[in-house]
Amino acid sequence: MKEKKTHIRNFSIIAHIDHGKSTLADRLLEITGSVSKREMTQQVLDNMDLEKERGITIKATAVRLDYKAKDGETYSLNLIDTPGHVDFNYEVSRSLAACEGALLVVDATQGVEAQTLANTYLALDNDLEMVPVINKVDLPAAEPARVAAEVEDIIGLDCSEAPQISAKTGLNVEEVLEQIVNNIPCPEGDDDAPFKALVFDSVYDNYKGVIVYVRVMDGTLRPGDTMRMMATGAQFTVVEVGAMRAMGLEPCDALRAGEVGYITASIKTVRDARVGDTVTTAANPASEPLEGYRKVNPMVFCGIYPADGADYEALRDALEKLQLNDAALTYEPETSGALGFGFRCGFLGLLHLEIIQERLEREYNLDLVSTVPSVIYKFHLADDTVLEIDNPTKYPDPTMIAWSEEPIAEVHIYSPPDYVGTIMELCQSRRGIFKNMDYITSDRVDIHYILPLNEIIYDFFDSLKSRTKGYASLDYTVIGYEKSNLVKLDVLLNGDMVDALSYIIFSDSAYSRARKIAEKLKEHIPRQMFEIPVQIAIGGKIIARETIKAMRKDVLAKCYGGDITRKKKLLEKQKEGKKRMRSFGTVEVPQEAFMAILKLDDQ
Amino acid sequence: MDTLGLYFHIPFCKGKCPYCDFYSLADKSLYTAYKEAVCEEIKTLSRCREFAADAHKRTVDTVYFGGGTPSEWGAENIRCVLQAVKEQFPLAADAEITVECNPSTPDLQTFFAVCAESGVNRISMGMQSAVDSERKKLGRRANAADVRAALYAAKNAGISDCSLDLMIGIPDQTAESLQQSLQFLVDSQVPHASVYLLSVEEGTFFHKNQSKLNLPDEDTAASFYLQTVDFLNNNGLQQYEISNFARPGYESRHNTRYWEQKEYLGIGPAAHSFLNGKRFGFTRDIHAFLQGQPPAFCDDGGDFEEYVMLRLRLAKGLTQTDCRQKFSIGIPPSLLQAAAKYEKLNLIKCGSQGIQLTPQGFLVSNMLIADLLGNIDPTEVP
Repeated sequence: MKEKKTHIRNFSIIAHIDHGKSTLADRLLEITGSVSKREMTQQVLDNMDLEKERGITIKATAVRLDYKAKDGETYSLNLIDTPGHVDFNYEVSRSLAACEGALLVVDATQGVEAQTLANTYLALDNDLEMVPVINKVDLPAAEPARVAAEVEDIIGLDCSEAPQISAKTGLNVEEVLEQIVNNIPCPEGDDDAPFKALVFDSVYDNYKGVIVYVRVMDGTLRPGDTMRMMATGAQFTVVEVGAMRAMGLEPCDALRAGEVGYITASIKTVRDARVGDTVTTAANPASEPLEGYRKVNPMVFCGIYPADGADYEALRDALEKLQLNDAALTYEPETSGALGFGFRCGFLGLLHLEIIQERLEREYNLDLVSTVPSVIYKFHLADDTVLEIDNPTKYPDPTMIAWSEEPIAEVHIYSPPDYVGTIMELCQSRRGIFKNMDYITSDRVDIHYILPLNEIIYDFFDSLKSRTKGYASLDYTVIGYEKSNLVKLDVLLNGDMVDALSYIIFSDSAYSRARKIAEKLKEHIPRQMFEIPVQIAIGGKIIARETIKAMRKDVLAKCYGGDITRKKKLLEKQKEGKKRMRSFGTVEVPQEAFMAILKLDDQ
Repeated sequence: MDTLGLYFHIPFCKGKCPYCDFYSLADKSLYTAYKEAVCEEIKTLSRCREFAADAHKRTVDTVYFGGGTPSEWGAENIRCVLQAVKEQFPLAADAEITVECNPSTPDLQTFFAVCAESGVNRISMGMQSAVDSERKKLGRRANAADVRAALYAAKNAGISDCSLDLMIGIPDQTAESLQQSLQFLVDSQVPHASVYLLSVEEGTFFHKNQSKLNLPDEDTAASFYLQTVDFLNNNGLQQYEISNFARPGYESRHNTRYWEQKEYLGIGPAAHSFLNGKRFGFTRDIHAFLQGQPPAFCDDGGDFEEYVMLRLRLAKGLTQTDCRQKFSIGIPPSLLQAAAKYEKLNLIKCGSQGIQLTPQGFLVSNMLIADLLGNIDPTEVP
């Protein structure tokens, strides 16, 4: 029998990047006493160093707050934090499926941005109750009335009651908590029905094994019960259940319908507890699993290789662990003539790619080399077969290609009108087709373009940001494929082809791109003991060339008594430096060179 | 038991040259105290005891007074130190005893006479450039005539084994002005020369003012080096190390110890030693030295990689014979293989005797040696 869990609220916060989501989360934790002032660090929920440094949320995390409301009752509020960036929409949709409502945070100095909209639509798709919150009203440039009107106009949410807050100073944040209690519906569920819980995240812990984060829909789960993962059929004895508190896990006697909590069950392999799966019990299994998440398909691919071949197994392990709570990441083994054994990995976008690389390097202490990213191209061959290729090394024999296609995306860029010119220039230079432009308000424009995806995945976002001083925001959706003339650029260093640097590209852009790649490589490959020709070729034809002059002078003139130890230390350093290099034939290429050739905008 | 080289660091200069990062001060009041501390250390080895307990048993084969400016410190102090050495160590009859001196030191005649009388038989003089305007920019007070006079004075005192220091890649230098310095060197008929590519060291005046110095660029400095090697080799001064040239038989025996991984004991602030497999050194602080602070351990020395690194600085390179004699193995095949690929780039010469860096190879020796060492198969070395 379904009953209302009147004292539970499950909600998430959605916002455009930098609109103050993490700061608001910090303040909610503080006001509810979940974190004492003393323990308060900035962005408590953004655990990863990477998140704190970049000021973004990458991973969803959940935390339970106890709040004594003005009606005198104490409520359990489960906050599920979500990322804001377009690359991480799948994380957002996962979190939203575990909630009944969401706070929509809008910056009073900025207004509605691309990701505000994108995430709002996701929330509405999930039938969530939206609570608008106007943040940063303490800033001199704040225009809460205008921004509230914007939210009403564009999104259609009633903002007459919207709390006008400053997450930074704490102004009116209490009002947000009241609205969570009053406006977000409580969950419903049956404690006695067969157990059914949605896995919305999982992390690996060296002591507890896999920790599974769930939202319970129905039923009750206790330590000692035998749980079953409905997709894999794997069974485990529950060791511990409990709530995620700001300062750590807090075990409890049982997880019941409507609650958000965690389960540990000595689960050893990450494959057994996939995000999106449904947990039930062996004794009283649910008949149907919950609807999982929309499967997200990676759109950007690159090869990731360990700098030291001996780390191949460690890399596989790390990828497996990351994939556990990042369903969008895919990987499969591949080999490169230049780089040896590694993995072809799939990502949602370039930021996702960079984040995964950094996490592999930092959290798993791996030295990596990655190849040029690629999208999935379709080649229609003379014999009527179609090849789908995400790896330039698999580019077919050109004489066999009848025609080819590349993925295209619909792009919305929101910006103050001042930057329309430079944005359009950028889009044109990336083969964009202008669709239309709407004035959302007098100082906010929605510029609508169709762009080939491969033009977006390199440095488009960075270029957009730098051309608009950070004011423009971007959202894109892949809408299909379009006919395109595609060629493969090959890079030859000292006459040897480096397969890891090959690149599929629109043929009209080939010459100018080739010149740029040659320049970038010249800039980023240090002088070596001999002259290195850098050549870019299509098929057998060289279309660009640069020369890296030989290093002429690298010598320690004096090596007497005390210099010997110094010299040995220098040698050690050189050896360390060498580890960051890959040798191709006789040429040593630093890792930065691989990424540098992707940065193409000279503005 | 192996022979020993003794190095004394004399950390006194009249002033600091703008390119120099050696440890020195201009405090005459410490001269005597310093002499006493050095002599005491020779006698008791109280500072170096931990590393050098058996040093007194070794025959001293070379002695070197470096600086700083030993000539500034004075011959009398040098005489006392040498006296102490003779009392405490067996000193080889043909020991090479070198003193560094500055041509601007007053009354070098007396200085050389006292030195010679005390046993000094080799002089190393800092000329740096024969072009007065260049020398001025280097902060050198003497002029070319002073250098000539100093050499004459040394010869008069009976010391004909003299070395001149030259610098290349210095401010305002051109191929022509370098040629002038090289010609001066050859004309002066010294049997030894050290020629150093300027490296701008952190903490020096040059480092702070690098952009204003009118330094030759890397490629130009490299061509200066090749010009130097070429000219000196053709004029009887054979290159025997990256920066050192000599008439046959006049190579610096003391400095060669460093590159042949032989033992030496360094006394004085900033002086380093290699003894019984350990490398150790005094800190750059004369007061710590005067107060009796012992040297600090730096690292273990004497291994094969280190040997390769040092020997490849020498023109004779790494030889099969010496490798066998010192480590009971030939040159590892992996090393030979790595060296071979640089032969066609004219950076290394490989032969049945061993491997040698060419002058072009010396110019990129940091990189080259790092690469060679990185290619040694660890199972092939002791």
